[in-house]
Amino acid sequence: MMRFIFLFALSLVLVASCKKRVAPYAENRQMIRLNLHTEPPTLDARKATDTSSIGIISMCFEGLMKRGKNGTIIPAMAHGVETSQDNRVYTFHLRDAKWWDGREITAYDFESTWKTILDPKFPSGFANDLYILKNGWAVKNGELSSAHLGVKTIDRKTLQVQLEYPIPYFLDLVASHSFFGIPAHIATHFPKWADEAGPLFVGNGPYKLKKWKHHNCIVLEKNPLYWDSDVVALDQIELTIIEDSNTELNMFESGELDWAGYPLSTLPTDAIQALINDQRLNRYPLSGTYYYIFNVQEFPFNNVKMRKAFSLAINRKSIIENITQSDQTPATSFIPPTIWDVQAHFKDHDLEEAQKLFDEALEEMGYTKSSLPKITLTYNTSEAHHKIAQAIQEQWYRAFGIRVRLSNVEWKVFLDELSHKQFQIARMGGIAGFNDPMTFFDLYKYPDSSNNYSGWTNHEFTSLIELAERTPDIEKRKSLLRKAEEVFMSEMPIAPIYYYQGSYLKKNYLKGVQLSEFSEADFKFAFLETP
Amino acid sequence: MIRFLLKKIFILFLSLFMVASLTFALMQMIPGDPFTQEKAVPEEILKAMYHHYGLDQPWYVQYYRYMKGLITFDLGPSFKYQGRTVTEIIREGFPVSMTLGFEALILSIFFGIALGSLAALKHLKWQDHITMVIAVLGISIPSFILATFLQYLISMKFDLLPVARWGSFDHSILPALSLAALPTAFIARLTRSNMVEIMQEDYIQTARSKGLNSFQIVIRHALRNALLPVVTYLGPLTTAILTGSFAVEKIFGIPGLGQWFVMSITNRDYTVIMGTTVFYSAILMLCVLLVDILYCLIDPRIQLINKKVRA
Repeated sequence: MMRFIFLFALSLVLVASCKKRVAPYAENRQMIRLNLHTEPPTLDARKATDTSSIGIISMCFEGLMKRGKNGTIIPAMAHGVETSQDNRVYTFHLRDAKWWDGREITAYDFESTWKTILDPKFPSGFANDLYILKNGWAVKNGELSSAHLGVKTIDRKTLQVQLEYPIPYFLDLVASHSFFGIPAHIATHFPKWADEAGPLFVGNGPYKLKKWKHHNCIVLEKNPLYWDSDVVALDQIELTIIEDSNTELNMFESGELDWAGYPLSTLPTDAIQALINDQRLNRYPLSGTYYYIFNVQEFPFNNVKMRKAFSLAINRKSIIENITQSDQTPATSFIPPTIWDVQAHFKDHDLEEAQKLFDEALEEMGYTKSSLPKITLTYNTSEAHHKIAQAIQEQWYRAFGIRVRLSNVEWKVFLDELSHKQFQIARMGGIAGFNDPMTFFDLYKYPDSSNNYSGWTNHEFTSLIELAERTPDIEKRKSLLRKAEEVFMSEMPIAPIYYYQGSYLKKNYLKGVQLSEFSEADFKFAFLETP
Repeated sequence: MIRFLLKKIFILFLSLFMVASLTFALMQMIPGDPFTQEKAVPEEILKAMYHHYGLDQPWYVQYYRYMKGLITFDLGPSFKYQGRTVTEIIREGFPVSMTLGFEALILSIFFGIALGSLAALKHLKWQDHITMVIAVLGISIPSFILATFLQYLISMKFDLLPVARWGSFDHSILPALSLAALPTAFIARLTRSNMVEIMQEDYIQTARSKGLNSFQIVIRHALRNALLPVVTYLGPLTTAILTGSFAVEKIFGIPGLGQWFVMSITNRDYTVIMGTTVFYSAILMLCVLLVDILYCLIDPRIQLINKKVRA
C-alpha cells in the first residue's frame, strides 16, 4: 500500500514534466523575453517616478525629443525645434504622427499633459522637474492659474515653450519621461485610462501595450502606427514580473529570458564574480555616484577636517576589487565621468593626510581619540550596502583606531531619519536625471532643499551655481560649475566612493539595444539575429 | 450548536474590530510614509499627494473613514500601485495563493498522514527511521532553500519544469512542493506520535483479536483518534498556506497574496496593510471556527456547548 503511494507521488512529478516552451529565437520569431524586477506602480506618464514604470512607459510613449547614441538628443515627436536668441523660448514643430488609436498627435496633447502635472491638486511625484517652465513653481503652488504657465499651443502642430531662465540642457530634459505627452482626448474623459491594458490605454511609442496581468506579466507588440515603425524589427516583447534576482538569472540560464540585469532589474551580487570569470558579463558606465553623506550640522562632522579625514581614509580601490567586483571607477569627485572629465579632488586612500587631518580636527574640537563619542554609520538594509559599510568600518578603524558603529535600518525608516537629519554618516547614491552637472548640484543648492540631507550650505557655492544658471555662454557656464565643484569638494559634505556601473547578461542573438548612462534601455532598434 | 456558533461569531467580529484598530494604531506610529523616495519630493508636491489620498486629515477622520470602508468592503485605493484598489488586489491575489495553497495542503495532509501512519506501524523499524529523518529534514529546511534547490535540480539540471512564473499547472508544482514540505513533516510527526500511543490501547488489541487486518485497524480505529491533534493544527496551517507565502511567491514570481503582507509594509501602503491584515485575521478565525466544528464530527464525545473547546 505504502509502496504504491510512493510510486504514485513519484509518477505525479514525472508525468507533469511537460515540454518547456521553445525559445522564439529558435522559431525564427522576432520576439524577446525580458524581466521587470517589480510591478510598475503606474503606467500613467504623469505620475511615474520609479524605474520599472518608466521602463515600460518609455517603450509605449515618445516625447518631443529622444536620447540617441552617445548622449545626443535627436528629434522624435517634434521634427524640428527653434530657439530664441536669449535661449528662453523654444518652438517645437510636431511631425505628422498618430496615437495608436488613430487620432492625430497635436501640440495641445503636450500642453494639457504638462499643465495637468503642474495642477496643484494633481498627484505627480516629479512635478518639480517642470518648474523650469515659466511660472511652473507658482502654478503648482496655486499662486497663478495654469494660463500663466510658459507653454502654449500656437497651432495644431506648433508648441511654444517659455523657460524661467535659460538652461543648456533643456532639450535633454524634454527627452526624459517627465516631458512626455499623453492623449488629451482620452485622459480628460477617463481618469482611470492607464490602469489596465485596453482600448483606453493609448500611446505613441514604438510598442503597444497588449496585455498587463498585474504582478505577473506585460506583453507589448509593435505599434504599426508609430511614425518610424519601419525601423522597428521586434513584433513582440514579453516581460515577466519577478522580483527575485536569483530566479531571474536561473530563467536566463535555462533559456526562458533573453536578458537579465540592468536596467530593468539587477543581477544577484553573489553571481557577479562567476559571470566575470566566464567572460559573459556586460558592463557599461552609468551617470551616477555612490557616496556617503556627512551630517554637517551635528558633531563631529560640523568640522570640515573631520569630514575630509573620513573621506580620505576610505580605500575605494579595495572596495571595488573585493566587494562590488564590478570594475567601477573609484570616485574622487561628485560629478561622474559620463557628464564631464573628472578632475580628482583628492587622492584615494591617502592615509597620511587623513590621519593628520583627524588629529587636527580632534585638537580643534578639544577631544582625544578615547574621549570621542561613538560615531554611527547608517544605511538601508541591503547586502551590498552592508558589505561596503563593514569594509569601510574596518578601514576607518585601521586609519584612526576608532570603531564606528553600523546601523542598518529599513528603507522608509532610513529616508525618514535622513530627512530629519537623525544621522552622522549615511549611505546615498543617485543616477543623473539629465546630462548636466546641475542634476547633482541642484541637491545642495540651498540648505533647506528637501534633498540636501547633509544640511551643508556655502554662500560661494550657491552664488556660483546661481550665476552659472543665468550664464548663456556654455564654456563660461562650465567653468563656473567647475569652480562650484571645487568649493563643494573642498568642504566635502559627502564622501564619494565609486561611480555606478550597470551590468547585464544578454543572449548573443539579441542585437541593437541602446543603453544610456541614465539607466535606460531603448529597445526601438532591437532585433534578433536569426540563424 | 446554534448558540455556540452565535457566540463564536460575535467573538470573531469583536476580534476583527480589535485587530483592525490595533493595525491602524501601529501604522500611524511607524516612521516613513508612502510617498517618500530616494530623491526627496518638495513640500508642495507631497501636500498634493497627501490631499489626494486624504492623509492630510486628522487621525480620527482617517480611522472613521477606514472603519466605514471595512464594513462596506470598500478598502480604498492602494497608495503605491495607483489605480488599483485593495479589494482588487485581494480578489486577484487570493485565488492564486489559494490554488497553490490547496495543492500544498492536499499534498501535506495526504503524505503527512500516510508517512506518519507508516512510521507508527513500523515503529522503531527502518521504515520508521527513514520517515522520521525525512520529517526532520522537512521541518528544518526552510521553504526558500528547498524552493531554490528544486528550481536548480528539476528546472535547470533536468529541464523538466519551468523555473518560475504562474499560469499553468506545471508552474504550480515546484512551489506547491516547497510549500508542502514543512506541514507534511509536521503532520507526519504528529500522526506518528499519536498513532504509536493509540496502537497500545486496549480497543486496538480487541480489534486485533477479532481478526481485523492492520489496514482496517488503522483506518477504522486508530487514525480517527490519532488525527485530533492534526485537525487542531490544520486551522492555522490552512490559513497560512491559503493566504500564501512571501518567500515562495517571491522566488517563483507568483502573483499571490502572500507577498503583499510584506511588500505593503515596505511601501508603507497603508490601505493595503490594513486590508490584508484584516483579511488574514478573518480567514484565520473562520478556519479556527471550522476546526471547532470538525472536532464534533471526528469525535462525537466532544460537545461544543458544555465543554471548553480549545480555540
